[in-house]
Order: sequence, then C-alpha cells, then structure tokens
Amino acid sequence: MTKQDHHEEEILGKAYDSRLMKRLLRYLFPYRAIVMAASVAMIFHSLLQVVGPFLTKVAVDRYLVTTERQPTFLDSLLSDNYLTGLTQIAGLYILTLVLLFALEYAQTYYMHRVGQRAMADLRMEIFRHLQRLHIQFFDRNPVGRLLTRATTDVDVLNEMFTSGVVAIFGDFLTLVFILAVMLQMNAALALVTFSVLPLIFVATFLFRRVVRGCYRRIRVALARMNAHLQEHLTGMSVVQLFNREAKSFAEFEKINRIHKRAFLDSVFAHSLFYPAVEVLSSTAIALIIWYGGQRVLGETLTLGILVAFIQYAQRFFRPIQDLSEKYNILQGAMASSERIFKLLDTPVEIESPRESSSPKLAPEASGSLEFRNVWFAYTGQQEGEEPNWVLQDINLKIEPGETIAVVGHTGAGKTTLTSLLLRFYDVQRGQVLVDGVDVRDQNLTELRRRFGVVLQDPFLFSGTIESNIRLGSDTVDQEAMEDAIEEVNLGEFIRSLPQGYQEEVRERGSTLSVGQKQLISFARALAHNPQILILDEATSSVDTETEFRLREALQRMVSGRTSVVIAHRLSTIQRADRIVVLHKGKIREAGPHQQLLAQRGIYWKLYQLQYKDQEVAVTGDD
Amino acid sequence: MISIAKRLQPLYPYLWRYRRRYLIGFGVLLCDVAFWLAIPMIIKYAIDDLQQGATADKLVLYIRWLVVAALGKAFFLFWKRIILIGISREAEYDLRNDLYRHLNRLSLTYFQRNRTGDLMSRATNDMNAVRMLLGPGIMYSLNTVVTLLAALGIMLSISPKLTFYCFLLMPVVVGVVVFFGRRIHERFESIQALLSTLSAKVQESLAGIRVVRAYAQEEAEIARFQEANEEYVAQNMRLVRLWGMFYPSLEVLLGLTYVMVLWMGGREVVNGNITIGSFVAFNAYMGQLTWPMIAMGWVVNLFQRGTASLGRLNQILTEEPEIADRPDLRLAPSELAVSQTAEPLPVRSATGSDGDGKREEVRGVDIEFRNLSFSYNGRQVLHQVDLTIPAGSTLAIVGPTGSGKSTLVHLIPRLYEAPPGSVYLDGKDIRDYRLEELRRMIGFVQQETFLFSETIRENIAFGVNNATDGQIQHAAEIGGLLSDVEDFPMKFGTIVGERGITLSGGQKQRTAIARAVLRNPKILVLDDALSSVDTYTEEIILNRLASVMRGRTTVLISHRISTVRGADQIVVLREGSIVERGTHQELLGNGSYYQELYQRQLLEEELERA
Repeated sequence: MTKQDHHEEEILGKAYDSRLMKRLLRYLFPYRAIVMAASVAMIFHSLLQVVGPFLTKVAVDRYLVTTERQPTFLDSLLSDNYLTGLTQIAGLYILTLVLLFALEYAQTYYMHRVGQRAMADLRMEIFRHLQRLHIQFFDRNPVGRLLTRATTDVDVLNEMFTSGVVAIFGDFLTLVFILAVMLQMNAALALVTFSVLPLIFVATFLFRRVVRGCYRRIRVALARMNAHLQEHLTGMSVVQLFNREAKSFAEFEKINRIHKRAFLDSVFAHSLFYPAVEVLSSTAIALIIWYGGQRVLGETLTLGILVAFIQYAQRFFRPIQDLSEKYNILQGAMASSERIFKLLDTPVEIESPRESSSPKLAPEASGSLEFRNVWFAYTGQQEGEEPNWVLQDINLKIEPGETIAVVGHTGAGKTTLTSLLLRFYDVQRGQVLVDGVDVRDQNLTELRRRFGVVLQDPFLFSGTIESNIRLGSDTVDQEAMEDAIEEVNLGEFIRSLPQGYQEEVRERGSTLSVGQKQLISFARALAHNPQILILDEATSSVDTETEFRLREALQRMVSGRTSVVIAHRLSTIQRADRIVVLHKGKIREAGPHQQLLAQRGIYWKLYQLQYKDQEVAVTGDD
Repeated sequence: MISIAKRLQPLYPYLWRYRRRYLIGFGVLLCDVAFWLAIPMIIKYAIDDLQQGATADKLVLYIRWLVVAALGKAFFLFWKRIILIGISREAEYDLRNDLYRHLNRLSLTYFQRNRTGDLMSRATNDMNAVRMLLGPGIMYSLNTVVTLLAALGIMLSISPKLTFYCFLLMPVVVGVVVFFGRRIHERFESIQALLSTLSAKVQESLAGIRVVRAYAQEEAEIARFQEANEEYVAQNMRLVRLWGMFYPSLEVLLGLTYVMVLWMGGREVVNGNITIGSFVAFNAYMGQLTWPMIAMGWVVNLFQRGTASLGRLNQILTEEPEIADRPDLRLAPSELAVSQTAEPLPVRSATGSDGDGKREEVRGVDIEFRNLSFSYNGRQVLHQVDLTIPAGSTLAIVGPTGSGKSTLVHLIPRLYEAPPGSVYLDGKDIRDYRLEELRRMIGFVQQETFLFSETIRENIAFGVNNATDGQIQHAAEIGGLLSDVEDFPMKFGTIVGERGITLSGGQKQRTAIARAVLRNPKILVLDDALSSVDTYTEEIILNRLASVMRGRTTVLISHRISTVRGADQIVVLREGSIVERGTHQELLGNGSYYQELYQRQLLEEELERA
C-alpha cells in the first residue's frame, strides 16, 4: 500500500490556495492595463450575449403576432412596415454579432498576451535563479526535474490564466446578465424558471464530487502505470532474464484495469450528468410553457417574451456545466505553482559579497593561490556526526606563474581542489585565497573571470565554433580568438571546414571528435587570456596525435600564468614546477618529479600504475 | 476515405470484438436522436395552440409530453454515452495490454535502439489519441450525421424554403472548423517544436553549468535564454491570433443562422406560410444543431491525430522480436503461463523447517562456444571464440574494457543472438531450447544492477514462484546482504529506490546476487557483479557461493585477481579474442596480461593501505 500512498501524496493538492494565488497575481501586475482592457471586453461581451433572444422577442411581438403590450425603447426606432422592421432587427442582430466577435477576440487576445508575457517573465525568473544557484544544488537535483519547472509547470499556469480563471468570470457574468434580463422582462415567469437552478447546482455539485474522486483515481493509476512502464522498459533485460514476462504483465494488467475502472466510473458520472442537465433544461422549458402559457392565454404575457425565455433557458445551463471542468485546471495550476515557488525560494548559498565589503584587488594582482587549513565535505555537517571529509587540512601555496601538477588516485579530491578555487563550493573550515584575498570576499564574476578552465569532459554548447570559443562575452575580440586557435594548433582544422569559424556545433558537439572538442575548449580557455589556468584531466581523453599537438601549445599556455594541472599524462606532469600528491583527501607528498620518484612513496606507486606505460609510448614518439 | 480506412486497419480486430456493443450503441443513438427531434416539435404545437387560444388543460398535456420526451431522451443519452464511450475504454485497455505484452517479447537491442521516453510517449499519448478516435470520434461522427439528416428531414417537412436558407451557412461552418482546426494544429505543432528547443536550451545550460560558472557566462546564458523565450512567446501569440478568431467566428456564423431564421422566418410567419410555433421550433433546432456542427470539425481533427498515433503504435506492434523461439518450439499462451518461473533454492540446513534433509545436488550444464564470432552494430565484437566450460566448473573471464567479455556472457541466455551453431548447452544448440526453458536454467547478475522500486523481499524473489521467507533470507545470506537488511527499518519489507531507501552500489549488487541465487540456477553468471563490493565481503560471498552452487556451472567476469583466482579456468579476452587461458598458477607463469594485472593489483592494494 505504501507504493500507492506515495503516488497519491504527489497528486492531491488544493484547488485554491490564496497565498499561492496572491503570489501568482503579482506576475499580472505589470500588465494591469491590458488586464483591465480584457476585463472590459469580457464584461461587454457577456452583456451583449443577452441581446439575441431580446431581439427575437421584439420581432415576435411587433411583427409576427400583434399583441397589446408596453412598447420597449426599441419600438420607437423600428419601422411599422414588417418587411423593413424585420430587416432592421436582422441588421441589429448582425451588428451585435460583429461586436460580439470583436469583443471576444479582444478578450482572448489580450488575456493570452498577458498570460504569455507573465509566463515568459516567470520562466526568465526561474532561469535567472537557476543561473545563480550554487553548484551543490545541481549535484542534488537532476536536470530533468529542473527542466520540468521551467517548461511544463509554467505552461500549466499559463492555461489557468488564459482559459481557467478568466472563463469562470466570463461565464458567471453571462449568467448574471441573463438572470437580470429575465427578471426585467417578467419577474414572475423568471422566478418560476429559476426554480430549477438550485437543482442544477445540486446536480453539478454532486457530479463534481464524484468526478473529482474518479479523476484522482485516474491520475493515481496513470502515475503508477507510467512508473511501471518506465521501470520495466528500463529493466527489460532483467524481466526477460528472470522469465518474469507473465508476472510483470499481470502486474501491468492490474494497474491497467484499475485505470479502466476509474475511467468507466467517470464515464458513468458524465453519462448521468448530461442527461440530468437535459431533463432539467427541458423541465425549465416545460415550466415556461405551462406557467407562461397560462399568462399568454390570460393575455398578461406576450408570446415574444415566452419565446425569448425559452432561448434564455437554453443558454444559462452551459456556464454551470463548464465550472466543473475549470476546477481541474485550477487544481493543476496550484500544484505547479507550489513547485515553482519552492524552486524560486531555494536560497542562493554562494553569492558575491555586498559591494561595500568587497575589498578592491590590487591591479597588479598576478595570480597567487593559497589553501589555508582547508577542510571540505560535500554533505553539510550533520548534528554530532563527523562529515565525510573530501579534503582534510589542506595547506598549499602557489606562487604567481608557478605550474602545479596535482596527482592522485580516483576520488582523492583533485577536482574538488580546483572547484574550491572557483568557489563552486564553500569550505567548511579554513580559507581559500586568490591573490591573498579570501574568495568569499571577492566578487564572483570578477573572481571567475581570472580563471581559464578546461574540464576532462569538454563541454560544447550548440552554436558555432566561434560562439563556443567566445562564449558570448565581449571580452574576446576576433584577434584573440584567432590567436588562441593557432596556439592550440587548431587553425588548420578550422580552415578545412566549409564554414570556418562559423561551422555549426550541434548539441554537445556531437559532430566533433573528442580530441577536436578538447582542442576547442583549450582555445576557449586561452582566448579569454586568463591569469590562472586550470586543466582538469584535460588531456586524458585525447588521442596521441592530438596530444602531440597539444604538448607544445600547453607549454606556451602555462608560461607566465599560474597553472593548476590535474593530469593523466606524464608529459604534463614532468614539466610542472611542483607535483602535489593528493591521497585520501590529504596532501601526502610534494616536490619535483625526480625527487618524488626517488622517495619511492605514493607517487612512485601511482607512477607505476598510471604513467609507466605512457613513458614508453611518449619517448618512443620522441 | 480509402486511405483512412486503410490506416485504421490495425484497429479492426478491436472494433470487431465490440461489434455487438457498437450495434446496440448505434440503435440507442437513433432513439436518442428521435427523442431529441420530438422536443422542439412539442414546443411548436404548444405555441401554435397557445396562439389560437388553447385551454389550460391542453397546456398540461403538452407539458406532460415534454417531460416524457425529456426523460426518454435522457434515458437514451445515458446509455449512448455508457456504451459508446465505454467501448473505447475497453478497447484502450485491450490495446494497451497487447502493446505491453508485445514489448515484453522484444529483444534487448530493440530497447537499446529506442529511447524509453519515446516508447513511453507512445504507450500514453498516442494511446490516448487512438482512444479518442475509438470513442468520442466514432460516437460524435455517428451522432452528427444522424442528427443532421434527421433535423434536415423534419425541418424540410415544416418549411423547405426556410430550411434551405438556414443550411446555406452550414457548409461554411464545417469549412471554418476544418480550416482553423488544421492551421491551429500546425501552429500548435510548431509551438511544441519550439518548446523542445527551449527545453534543450535549459537542459544544455544546466548540463554545462560548471563551464558557464567558470567563465562567468551567466548573463550571456540568460540573454540566450531570453531570446528563445521571446521566440516561444511570439509563436504562441501567432497561435493566439488564430485561436482567438476561431470561437468568435463560429459564434458569428451560428448567430447568422439565427438571424436568418428571424429574418426569413419572420417574413414567412407574417405571410402566413408557417406558424409561429414552427418559427420557434426552427429556432430550437438551429440552437441544438450548434454542437454537432462544431463537433464535425473536431471529429475531423480527432481522426487525423488518431490515425497518425495509430501508425506510431502499429510500428511497435508489428516489430518482429529478433530473438524468439523457433516456430516449432512455440507453445500456446495458456501452456506458457503455467510454469514460467523457476522454483526457489531450497534452504540447506539440517534443522531448518524449509530443508527436507535429502537435498539433491543440482547438476550444472556444459557450456560450449564453437568458433563463435559476433558482430554488434556492424562491428565485430567477438572473434572466433572456442571455449568449453564443463558442467560444475567455474570459468573466469578477465580483460580490458570493451574486450567483449560482457557480450560473450549475454549470448548464453540469448539476450544477444549468437549465430546458429555457435553456442551449445549440454551439446544442444541454444536455439533448440525454448527461451523460457533456457533462461530458467540461468541465474544472471548484470554489470549494471537494476532493481525495481519494490520491497527487498520482492526484488530477491523476483525470478521465482512463491518463495518462502526462509528461502529469501537464505538467499540474502548467501549474497552477503542479510546483515544490511536487518539494519533497515522495515527489514525485507523495505522499499528500494527513489521512493524508499537508496542502496549503495555494493548493496545493490549483493541484492542482485541473492536474486540470481534464489532461482536455484544450473548456470550462474556474474558479469562484473562484485565490483562495488569490498574485497573482504567479496571473499565471504565467493566462499558461500562456492559451497551452495557446488555442482553448477559458474561464469564470472571480473577485473580483480582476488575474484578470479579460485576459478577452474581463467581466460583473458582481448579485442574479442581469447589470448590467454589456464589456471591462476599457470597464467602467473606464462600469461603476460594476467601477470601484469596481478602486479597492478598488488600495487593498488598497497596504495589502499597507504
């Protein structure tokens, strides 16, 4: 049962929450003028809807059946000749229709425009917020989920703005106007006709309650069905290996059956509701004919009013029926907005300090880096429990222009070290300093601009080669880009492309080889002319040929820059000024290559494991 | 029309299955329409009589008729919906079951070719579109045709002239609905396309968040998103302009028919050609024809979308399973259901209530690969492999990543299809076994452990019928999972996965081992199944396995010397070929890859201790 409860928990939600609604309405505020215009259009539209039957009444009473009666204001305008008069009424009717068209169009258009604008704003706010949230948030939340917030959930809200809430007001107004006109025409007959209204409300209320239950069951069943499908399609090989086809089919069939039953119940409710409304609508007409007919016979009521009443009676049932549909839209919207606001309310944990407290960096800042007694864990500190330290008491000072190679086993904390420099995470204890200033006291953008980073898995954005090197920043001019490309020996390749720099890069750079992608990300780093270079296993996935090209480039890149290199390639490591050996979150050895080898410690073992083979290959090439 | 009939062909079996109910539904629909027609006629006579000064008694008679007609209509309307919409739900249920059953038969490669999301969308969205076609689509098209014809007939009998003028606009209404329907659909599709572009933008930006942050490109990303966002809004507004026009223009058109009745009908009344009652009845008919007319256009769209979706569904349904029993081995479905799963491993304990003391030893199966070459996606993965694993012995396979180890073992249960005559069990080609029979002999632990979001108990008992708690516990003990489970709040009732507790990689693997062992298999395959288990636990598990699985054939793949050293036979696979084979001792003496692996492992261990 717990399985089912879980699904229901997710699905049930309030249909209306004033707190959420208030917050949602705030997004309409900038567009209040358009909202006003749409509302005015809606009011007049509802008002004009009552005109048609009224015109019919006048036509019947004036021309079709001559009756003694109070002349309406319209009568003085109409011709006495029935041909002309009917044409005049038809003309008025057409005019009404044209106005109705214009008003409804205006109302729909304006309301959708507001909805679209407000939702675009909301999407921007979500995206902007995502761009500010700390990296740790993304470690915990899968991209797919965040994607749903920015797209699907927002669209559900849009539906509420454009069709749900607004339509409810429109329907309601139409109802009020019809009631008013009927009362004005003949109060007694109107009251007799209205006597079915309570029954309609009761029927609708009952129906809504039954259907809401069905819909909930349907949604639960559907959620379970999707979960089952998703899981069993993913694990199909396990199902087949363990001969579970029949069993898993039986399970699926059960959910499918529940789904069908719930639906059949809702079909039943609908099938009962529509005839009930029909019967009530016919009852209303019967009442009109019975009560009104007697008055017509007694000549206290005109036939025209009777006819108009029949038409009105047919019209006021629809809005009430619609209300139940809108309810679902509202419920969905509330659930979506709750999720969206939860995301928007997630505090940004890593932010630039306030302008006033941010110490100005000396302009000659040249890129010294320092870790001072740094302790770091990914999971926040639990009460009384020692966190799972990834880095423990790290002390490391890197001088301007120095090249440091960080080596260590997988999971030793190498990448974490560079992430801290960029302030992707904040340390729990100790300090990370860039140019002698704690990174937490520096402006984030300015801090990160000083770095050039190449990651192990080169990430390319869809766009062009140029846009991938420049990355939309105006700091890189054409010359810097071209120089960077030549620096990394990529010029020849790019010239061979039909579009050159403008060659299209597809999502994730799927048309390029890993080596090419890596070279592009090297050029990207270089073009931004950073003071500090971080290469995170940047050459590990590069083939020997590319490696060969890179080696030279790399040498040029690191000269004159502070560089932190996490490397798999021996060549890169050997040229470093200093090698730092990270083991189980601690710095265990540090020094130049030969010296560390001579120590016969961890570095020596790592060297045996990871680099020894390369030496043969590399020296062979040399 | 012919093309639609042809595209609907896959549905015929389902339509045929419900032919009687469709017929009854159609009969009910006719009655419904008949009562529907009666109501305005009653109003007509009532008003005519009113005008000629009828008595109050006569009025009551009309009221009675009206109520009877309304009740009759309500009755048939109820059954019409229950039957015709009900069928669509039944057929949807059938179709979905058939789809699921078929998916169960498709081979692993199919699921590697087709994304789960895509298959899911077919099983839900497309299924829904087909259902709409089967239910409302059929109901409303019948309804509209019958209603229109009936109304046309009765209106003609009242006044052919007025009928002509009223129906003048009807084709325009249908035309408008179809015209707008198609264009709205097109624009809607382009919006969907843009939405996926927008999603891709967000996805990319979030996937590359580290690069974005590292280069302080947040503002540039926001600007790019803004652009896509604005484009999306613009496309939506393009739809709104059309959409905003659609309903108002329908209203105008239908209003115009009212005007027509009022204007032409009014003249006819004054001229004495029709009565005032007929005039009112005309108004009522026109008013009630509104919905069927709108439905007409809607139905056209339903059919368009429904047939497109049906095509996509049919693609799956007509996909032939690449790996299936030979025709002569196939059983009737009823026979299949009987004994599909294996009997659980009995608990071996002299005192245990489940043990029967006289535990008979399960004999393993000889496995033989004869000159086996195998290609996958046009690339040769295995190259002339000759290998015999005698019943009851243990084979270990080592080799670098991508050397074809995993592919080789996947050929045994026919998850991938080896060429005929290359894999034999007990001297019999695996294709001569029924799939169900073949797989029942095998306990397979895959490299990537897949557990279901069910309880641990259900996960372990996944491949057997009716395992007792004792048997499950025994299997968990062999897999080295028991002490972990006892720490869980709900013990074996603990739910695994997103909705329950998240197991560590090692716990998952050990659960998978318990799951495979409980099947009491003749062949046990461990495809790198202990990689996330520490060496100490691994040794315990291997020891237990060795004693419990005695007599059976075991194939294990590993990167660790500690795992493979005890095997009767070790082979080194490299680029799809066997390059070294022998026992641990033999290979240490003359195997180059194996020897190196051994050296590295020693170093790793030293490093671990450092």
